[in-house]
This record gives sequence, C-alpha cells and structure tokens, in this order.
Amino acid sequence: MSTPLLEVRNLKTHFISRTSRVRAVDGVDFSVERGKVLGIVGESGSGKSMTSLSIMRLVPGPQGQIVDGEILLDGKNLLKLTEREMTNIRGNQIGMIFQEPMTALNPVLKIGEQIGEVLTRHRGMNKAEAKKHAVELLKNVGFPRAEQIVNEYPHQLSGGMRQRAMIAMAMACQPTLLIADEPTTALDVTIQAQVLDLMRELKNRTGTAIILITHDLGVIAEMADDMVVMYGGQVVESGSADSVFEEPLHPYTRALLESIPVIDEERERLTAIPGTVPSAANFPEGCRFADRCSLVESSCREKMPELRELRKGHSVRCTLAV
Amino acid sequence: MATQIVQHAVKKPERKVTVGKSPTRLAFERFFRNPLAVAGVIVLSLIILVTIFAPFLTKFSPSTADIMNTDSPPTALHPLGTDASGFDNLARVLYGGRVDLTVAFAAAFMSMFLGTLYGGISGFFGGWVDNIMMRFVDIMLNFPFLILVLALESIFSVQGVWILVFVVGVTAWPGPARLMRGMFLQLREQDYVIGARTIGCSSWRIIFRHMLPNTLSFLIVLVSFSVASYVGLEAALSFLGLGVPLSVPSWGGMLNASTGYIQLTTEPYAWGPPMAMIVLTILSVNFIGDGLRDAFDPQSKA
Repeated sequence: MSTPLLEVRNLKTHFISRTSRVRAVDGVDFSVERGKVLGIVGESGSGKSMTSLSIMRLVPGPQGQIVDGEILLDGKNLLKLTEREMTNIRGNQIGMIFQEPMTALNPVLKIGEQIGEVLTRHRGMNKAEAKKHAVELLKNVGFPRAEQIVNEYPHQLSGGMRQRAMIAMAMACQPTLLIADEPTTALDVTIQAQVLDLMRELKNRTGTAIILITHDLGVIAEMADDMVVMYGGQVVESGSADSVFEEPLHPYTRALLESIPVIDEERERLTAIPGTVPSAANFPEGCRFADRCSLVESSCREKMPELRELRKGHSVRCTLAV
Repeated sequence: MATQIVQHAVKKPERKVTVGKSPTRLAFERFFRNPLAVAGVIVLSLIILVTIFAPFLTKFSPSTADIMNTDSPPTALHPLGTDASGFDNLARVLYGGRVDLTVAFAAAFMSMFLGTLYGGISGFFGGWVDNIMMRFVDIMLNFPFLILVLALESIFSVQGVWILVFVVGVTAWPGPARLMRGMFLQLREQDYVIGARTIGCSSWRIIFRHMLPNTLSFLIVLVSFSVASYVGLEAALSFLGLGVPLSVPSWGGMLNASTGYIQLTTEPYAWGPPMAMIVLTILSVNFIGDGLRDAFDPQSKA
C-alpha cells in the first residue's frame, strides 16, 4: 500500500489566553487514503471542526494555536510551510465546504465571479476563461441553467443550490483532498441525499479524497470508507467504517450507535448519553468519557488510556475494551 | 425554490425580474421608491446645479465690489442687495455654495477614506494591532476639535478651501475609523471570509475584494450623513472666522457678515438666503441618508 494522502500525527490545537488553556484538539492521529472517504464523528465541541481548520491552517488566532504535531499532505508537513505557500495549497490541493451554505458565499459577488476567483488565483486563467470554466463546473454539480447561474447573486439561490455552488468552488481546481465540515446539516433531508450523491459521484470521477465531518452517523454509514470517532479533542476510536459499525469497541461509540432512533422499535423515549462533553478548559485526569460511561471503573479516572490497535486497523482508546 | 434543485425538472422561465441584480442595485431601486429621499435628491441636485451655473444666473462676480452701492437694499440691479463692502449678495449666495459643497463632500470623502483604511486594517487584523490602533483613535476623538483646527490653521498660516478640507479630513477620520473597525470585526467572522481563505486568497485580497464591497452600503450611508454635518461645520467655522478667507464667498461667511443687531433686524435679505441654503442642503442630504439607510437595511420591506 502506498503512503496515505494525508497523515495527521499528534495534532494539538489549543486556545491559549492568559487565564486558561482550552485544549480543543489534543493529540489527534488519523490518515486519509487517496480517493477514500474518511468520516469524522463526534458531538459538538469534540474538536472536529478545529481539526479541519487546523489542516487548512486557519485556526482563528491569536488565541488559537497549533502547538504540536504534524500534518503531512503527500509527505509534506503543512505546519512547516510559510503562509504564502499555504495560500497556494488552499483551494488548489485542499478544498473545503462549510455547514452553512446561506452564509458561506459572498453576498455581493456573482456566483461565477466567486468560482472564477479560485481559477484565476490558482490556474492563471483570465476572467473570461474563468467564467467559461465556471459554467462547466456548475454543470458538473447539476445546475441545468448554469449559464444564467454564473450571473446571479447568492441571494437568488436556495440553500441546496448554494451548497452545490460551494462544492463546485471547492472542486474547481480538482483538489486531492476535500474537507466537508457538516455539509448537509443545514439542508432538508431530500437535498441532503442529493448533495451526498453529488459528493460521491465527484469523488468517483476525480479521485478526490474526502474528509467528511458530521455528527450524523447515518451519513457516515452511507459515505465513509474509514471513520474516526472524536471525543474531548481526542480520537477515541478509529478503523474502517464497516468494522466500527459492526463491532464498536469504545463505550462512547456504542452509546452513539444506540442513540440512533430505529423506526419500527417501540420506545417511550429516545436513548441519550447522560451528561455533556467535559469543558475543554479543564479535562479530567484520566479517560475523558469516564463521567458519562456506564462501564466506568476506578482505574479509568487515574490514567489517560492509550489508543490501542485491538483489531487489524481498528484502534480504541479504552482500557476495558478487549 | 426546491423544484429548481431537481436536475431534470423543466422549469419554464417565470422567474422574478430580479435576475442578475446585485444587492446594491436592488437597494437603489428601493431608494427611488422613497418619496422623501427622492425629494432630497431633487433639492440637492438643484442646489448643485445652481452653484455650477452661477455665472449664468447673475452678472456679478462674488469678489468684485460695487463700491458706489454698499449696503444696498434689494433693487432691480441687486435682487438681494449688497453687503457692507458692496459685494452682490445674490452672487455670493450662488457662488458660496461651491465652497460649502466642495468642502463638505471633499472632507467627507477624505475622512471616510482615511477612516476606512485605518478602521479596516485595525478590525481585520484584530488582536494587539487593533488594540494599539484604537487607543490612538481614542486620543484623537478626545482632542478638542476647534483647538486642533486653530492650531493647524496657524501652522499652515493660510486660510483656504483645500486647507479647510485637509483640516476637517485629518481631524474627522477617527469617528468613521471606529465604525468601520466594528464592521470589519463583524465581517471577519463571516463564513464567506473564512471561505475566501479556504480558496487561497491573501489578506489584502480578502480585505478589498470580499470585505470592503460588503461595507459599501454602510459606507454610503455614513458619507451622506457626514456630508450633512460638514456643511454645518463649514458654516460654523466660517461664522467663527476659522473657515475660508472673507474674500472667498461662503454661506457661513455671509452669516458672519450679518451678525450685527442692525443687519439682523433690517437686512433679512442678506442673511436669510444663505441660511435657507444651509438648512435646505443639510435637510436634503439627511433625507438622502435616511433613504439610503432604509434601502440598504435587509429587514426593511419596500
């Protein structure tokens, strides 16, 4: 097997102020294979989005800092690059789409201008060429009236259309990696399915690898080849999506899977995980899930468990898992 | 809208007329449906036209005195009379608008330009840059304005239109700077600004292409209101004798010339017209500003 496209090693992104240190991402490891989809799941505040912003080197400063780790894209450490070199990678080798399509497009620029900007920036096209190419890109993401859409403004499009336009923009330079941060969360269920289909189709056509960040396990089940479960800024379980869904090893993953409502099951209430994610400003000493875990033992609170590879390619951060 | 998503749905072109109109253009369309704002535009245009075509409306020059005819009441020759030096009042009202409007617009644009540049940089970079830059603004804002004007005028030791523009411009920018800094701080967190970063835009490109156009509506409103206040400011400074020299006609200067009790009671034809012009200009510019603000406000339904 060749080297993975992206390797994240021991990534730590902290928000440091004079009085506190918020460990939003605290020692995350994972890798993305070429042309594959990696799903990252976790609750709000588990560090998913900060992980993706760290890969883009767009952690909001000055408090947010990547304090440790390596991010290797094709073996090149992104954390060692200058800001100028990084701007050449953003949009060119890594594309990104966001959760909120309503606000992610600039309201005063025409759709064609925004997509064209990526091309003039990275492909050296002039404005006319870029606009022509933008029409093609919009057709590729399923706009029937692409020639008109390029001359329209974001407020004239619906949410699903904007998300397609965002995808067209992120894919304009055929990046090797697409980071999708909750791309379907803000959309209607029917539009969600269309957007996911579109992403899968583009992936198959261009061979772009995708990091799909979501809190929707259904989306992961449908899309991902591999998956990573994050909790409290750490990876608690990682492996191929099949093996994790078949045999979840971490109590948190199991609880997550159990909390998915099943339609023909008789249930009074939805199953939920008691408690909330501990504050990233003061994590407990040992396992960060200990306070909410049904299997917790006293040893769990003493020492942070290591991420252990229990099955082939399937690792878990829990001392109790066997 | 959802039907438009469906790839193969055949949608007959019954689309709204808004196709391809920018938000700015839509706002201007709303603006022109506001009667007060339109009235403001008409009045201001008339005032501007009158000052531009002053030579065709009076045969007198505002700076040539009719020394045989000082302090004349309105006559057929001098419809608004003459002042104590024999200058024709009508000519001075007509030409005076040039000075007042030039000072007001030029100073507004200058302070807006400086304020946007300063506030934009401060707000965009944030953090300690913002902290240091804003403390300097605080100092400038607390500096007594009139004393600064006096000091600057004595430093340059000349009075004139462009000196006045310069003085107002360099003293008035901190207000707009603070407002623009607030705008930029807000815009910086917008998804599309982060989005612009993810496609590899540099900071300068983001500031000028992605953020500045989004502040345009706000900026236009700010300019219109500051034009109104600078018309008043010019009048006030000239009234105090700090504005343009007496040989240059200005509305404020004309008011200054009529401050005596005798003139106030017996010569309303001398101070009434310049005062009316100042009031009309300020009112119309304010109406335009109000109209623009409503037109650009996304919440306003018009």
